[in-house]
Amino acid sequence: MPPAPDSQFAPLVALRGVDKTFPSGTRALAGFDLEVRAGEFVTLLGPSGCGKSTALRIIAGLSEPTQGVVTWPQAAPANSAGRIGFVFQEPTLMPWASVFNNVLLPLKLKRSPAATAAKSVDAALDRVGLQKFSRAYPRQLSGGMRMRVSIARALVTEPQVLLMDEPFAALDEITRFKLNDDLLRMWQALRTTVIFVTHSVFEAVYLSSRVVVMAARPGRVFTEVAIEASYPRDQNFRTSPDYTALCRRTSEALAQAMAAGGEA
Amino acid sequence: MKAATSTRERRERALRFALPVAVLALGLAVWESLVRLNDIPPYVLPGPGLILRTLATDWAVLWQSLLVTLITTFEGFLLAAIGGVGLAVLFNQSRVVEYSFYPYAVILQVTPIVAIAPLLLIYLPQQAAVLVCAWIVAFFPVLANTTLGLNSVDRNLTDLFSLYGASRWQKLWHLKLPSALPHILGGLRIAGGLSLIGAVVAEIAAGSAGAGSGLAYRIAESSYRLNIPRMFAALLLLSVAGIAIFYLLTLINYLSLRRWHESALDAER
Repeated sequence: MPPAPDSQFAPLVALRGVDKTFPSGTRALAGFDLEVRAGEFVTLLGPSGCGKSTALRIIAGLSEPTQGVVTWPQAAPANSAGRIGFVFQEPTLMPWASVFNNVLLPLKLKRSPAATAAKSVDAALDRVGLQKFSRAYPRQLSGGMRMRVSIARALVTEPQVLLMDEPFAALDEITRFKLNDDLLRMWQALRTTVIFVTHSVFEAVYLSSRVVVMAARPGRVFTEVAIEASYPRDQNFRTSPDYTALCRRTSEALAQAMAAGGEA
Repeated sequence: MKAATSTRERRERALRFALPVAVLALGLAVWESLVRLNDIPPYVLPGPGLILRTLATDWAVLWQSLLVTLITTFEGFLLAAIGGVGLAVLFNQSRVVEYSFYPYAVILQVTPIVAIAPLLLIYLPQQAAVLVCAWIVAFFPVLANTTLGLNSVDRNLTDLFSLYGASRWQKLWHLKLPSALPHILGGLRIAGGLSLIGAVVAEIAAGSAGAGSGLAYRIAESSYRLNIPRMFAALLLLSVAGIAIFYLLTLINYLSLRRWHESALDAER
């Protein structure tokens, strides 16, 4: 069974009226509203330049909104380290450190005791199927394996929410499908919340319980598409008429968003 | 196919070794025969044979001098490494410190060391002056390279460290320094050769003031006495020392980076 969104509780994270203007004058986000509930798999979908990565960085606290607020109604905001896992577009591994030490990093920075940390790292590597490669160095791994290490590192702190910024954009389709399936499996097993950014309609529909379609210049929420198909999803879902219909609906929403997005 | 490539590779490698050796042998033979055929006296130009014999007979003196120079070089190098990396880290941690002192580091670097050495010898004891010279020439490449390295850290990795609430110290120790390591080692490789040059320059300046016992001082002294073969022998030792320093640092560079850095990886993939 999918971990159904728990609507009776307050959202896990909420952005209200968030504006972001960069020092260069670029207005990345304007009046951006988003609520994400625990257990959801929400995807921000939109053309490049619609501010989806900026929104993700603001949720992560890596960037401050120019206006508006980000609230975490269910948690004390003071201790955010470890509550959020972040997966970048590139694997972003430390090339000088082994796979094990790369995954260990968040725990080391938190000064977790070595013995429990090592156990968590082993578990995280096991989860992404790389336990045999813990002593390898990133350069010895393929692109897909590096991304798995990156995911293992993001999950090693058992975060409440996993933020993913176009993590599979640079991978070939076969690897990408495989990682899509693995990600869904991990999301269900860990009952975590995922906020995912992509510009692929097909990926968004396959993964998400809800797709937030964004328009650009300035970046804002255009509409939402609920993906009501049940989990677990697999190859059958990918080829089902339901999936095709949902992709068409989402594509149409995206096309309207792009038309509304102004001069670009 | 593979065998053919490796045979060619092996031949290539043999040639890379054999050719310079052949050139050396040829050069020495021409040199020796020119000296003999024209009866050139040793105080004008000694032949390579005589230089080697001098090296053997004067070994005790030259070896002592070589040690003195090498110790100065090593101390200068060590101070340059500590000073260069230390200053770069300090500059990286504080803009105020960087803006205040960086211009002076540059001035120190661009002023020719030969011109500074006599001044230093006036104000400092001789051994200290020689050391300071070695340090001045050697520290700047370490500083410049380390600064470059510390500023070239992957921005996503920096974000990741911020996300996990890393302290300034954790960022420096676990992110910036390892990430700058290839640059630091590159700087050290340059600094090794330069600290030898700095030591030699200072010794020569000191030698003309009438004191000292390093290899460069032996060269200056032999020159006054027209002991040209010993000059060449001392020069040969300096040259060998420079080569040894370079390869030693290259080896350290390779050993530290071979697991992960592009520069140290095998061509095969």
